[in-house]
Amino acid sequence: MNRQPPKVLVTKIGLDGHDRGSRVVASFLRDAGMEVVYTPPWQDIPAVVKLAMEEDVDVIGVSSLATDHLIVPKLMQALGAAGLNDIAVIVGGIVPDADEAMLLEAGVARVFHPGSALEEIAAEIGRLTDARRAVNV
Amino acid sequence: MNKPLDASKLSAQESAAARWQREFGATAASDKPTRNRSGIDVKPLYTPQDWSGDYAAELGYPGQPPYTRGIYASMHRGRTWSQRQLIGLGTPPDYNARLLDMIAQGTTAVSLIPCNSVFRGYDMDEVHAELLGTCGVVANTVDHMELCLAGVDLERTSCAMNDPSPFTLLAFVLATAKRRGIDWRAISGTSNQSDYLSHFVANHMFFRIALAGARRILTDHVEFCNRHLPSWNPMSVVGQHMQQAGATPAEAMAFTLSSAIQYAEDCRARGMEPDAFLPRFTFFFDISVSLFEEIAKFRAGRRLWARITRERFGARDPRSWRFKFHGQTSGVDLTRQQPLNNIARVTVQAMAGIFGGLQSLHTDAYDEALSCPTEFGARIAVNTQNILREEAHLTDVIDPLGGSYYIESLTDEMERKILDIMAQVEAAGGMYAAVEQGLVQKMIGASARGFQERIESGEQTVVGVNAYQVEEGKGERQALPTPDPAKMQAHIAAFKAYKSMRSQDAVRQAQDRLASAAGDSKQNIFERVVEAAEAGCTHGEICATLRRELGFGQPLVVV
Repeated sequence: MNRQPPKVLVTKIGLDGHDRGSRVVASFLRDAGMEVVYTPPWQDIPAVVKLAMEEDVDVIGVSSLATDHLIVPKLMQALGAAGLNDIAVIVGGIVPDADEAMLLEAGVARVFHPGSALEEIAAEIGRLTDARRAVNV
Repeated sequence: MNKPLDASKLSAQESAAARWQREFGATAASDKPTRNRSGIDVKPLYTPQDWSGDYAAELGYPGQPPYTRGIYASMHRGRTWSQRQLIGLGTPPDYNARLLDMIAQGTTAVSLIPCNSVFRGYDMDEVHAELLGTCGVVANTVDHMELCLAGVDLERTSCAMNDPSPFTLLAFVLATAKRRGIDWRAISGTSNQSDYLSHFVANHMFFRIALAGARRILTDHVEFCNRHLPSWNPMSVVGQHMQQAGATPAEAMAFTLSSAIQYAEDCRARGMEPDAFLPRFTFFFDISVSLFEEIAKFRAGRRLWARITRERFGARDPRSWRFKFHGQTSGVDLTRQQPLNNIARVTVQAMAGIFGGLQSLHTDAYDEALSCPTEFGARIAVNTQNILREEAHLTDVIDPLGGSYYIESLTDEMERKILDIMAQVEAAGGMYAAVEQGLVQKMIGASARGFQERIESGEQTVVGVNAYQVEEGKGERQALPTPDPAKMQAHIAAFKAYKSMRSQDAVRQAQDRLASAAGDSKQNIFERVVEAAEAGCTHGEICATLRRELGFGQPLVVV
């Protein structure tokens, strides 16, 4: 099987700039053979949607340390409005339990909390990519 | 310290050493070299053979150069560190209530953390409303600062404003003081985190103004403070951001000292005398849970700064040589798993800072890996300091670990490591150039990745994460401190009304004068920022004007 590696957009939306997590994850995924599109922090939601569409990514990883996860539902809506519901969104960082439920409700595929293993994140992206491609064949 | 031993004593000692070596080998057969976070291999035992330094030249007495044992003669025995907890949440009245409560509990040093929208240089009507006030107080005008500081005696309370270039929050404080008729010379505190390079490197909030502009405003602000605010510390050089972003303790100290050299060079190039500005330089560091390494980091840094100020800058005033620092326990070491374990981690981190000789301390709340801290968590954090100081008697003896074979040897090794890294920065043209080229970011990124891999390989234990895990329930934790949405909406409405009611002419004129100062290197930009604050300009307007003139700060991303 001639499988293309997963293509993943690693980004931060909102106001906070703590990007240690997003950088470590991006560099790990790249070394694991994935195609990684990385942005600096503080992206606007429309810019993320546009980039995801143009780059045809399988998964969007949003990193949040300081409450920026609260606007991820807005990102989900914007992706839906652009017809990109098939792109899986995962969130990593500091997300309180109550907010995790809110994010899953909004359509986020998975939330990774501090202490998650890089291998685990990569495996999940692999699974989500397979699922997306199985539907989109 | 080390008297020559006579021959018979020496041989007796040698055989004791040989015997220990044999017994150690027999009982610890699989012993591997233990490497600390800074990359120094730590031996199983340190003896007099490991430190043969000159006591007077390398350690000396507290309060005397090179200050290895502390910058003041009496250190914590005379005056303990200040408890300076960072606070900031919600609207100005929310912040004020919390602040007055802390003052009632005995706090004499306050600190203001603004909302991330403020860090990014925006006003509250320019950003997603759900993000307002979740991580700091939403303060955009002098009126807001007046509300924040209502009931606070500005002549007796040291205020730290966590706000880099263009230092609008300090401008709001000065305007507040003027309204109250307080002499600026009586205002004390710190422009905390005024170090724009650390922000740029760690990407926390590099947003407002491009590097060159931030550099000029910082120097303007130091110059202004030297002239008008003799009790204010305009320079806070920060290792904390870089260590949180992944720098090792040695790297963080090296980069911070290199930044301090850069800022001092910039002030000197402006024509200021080193002894005029160096006494107002302060430092701000992260304290990890790597206890002895952190203690050695601080002792080495203190010794190096004493040497740098004297040898490189020719400073003659002892106040210029003293390495005053604030420490904050490391949030990165805290875990979401079994969060109460974080209380133990913070305790060890705080001990490292105290034994390291800090001047003020912020202890993190145990719940910071879950959310912004709750009041419950914040109280335990403050009491951790109280326990260490008053129950555990950590302040009874000055530099109690001084003279330990291990600590002195490790202090020397950390110093060598720090100097090596500083030499790389110097070779790149100094800290400004090294950051502009991405060298520092690259080194920190590699260290962050390396540390994560050590955790995942199990080489570095993190309790609850890669060892001693337990199944944990969800949803049992304290409620989050979130700002009241109704109060925030009222705050936004009042802000919009404020903007329409003020003298638009005065605002426009102040913005024009600010823009003209930005284009004229003979003028002091910060002086115009203070005028703009007094004229009613908002934080976002001041930042926008300067951004237009000096360029937007694009982060340099090095993955």
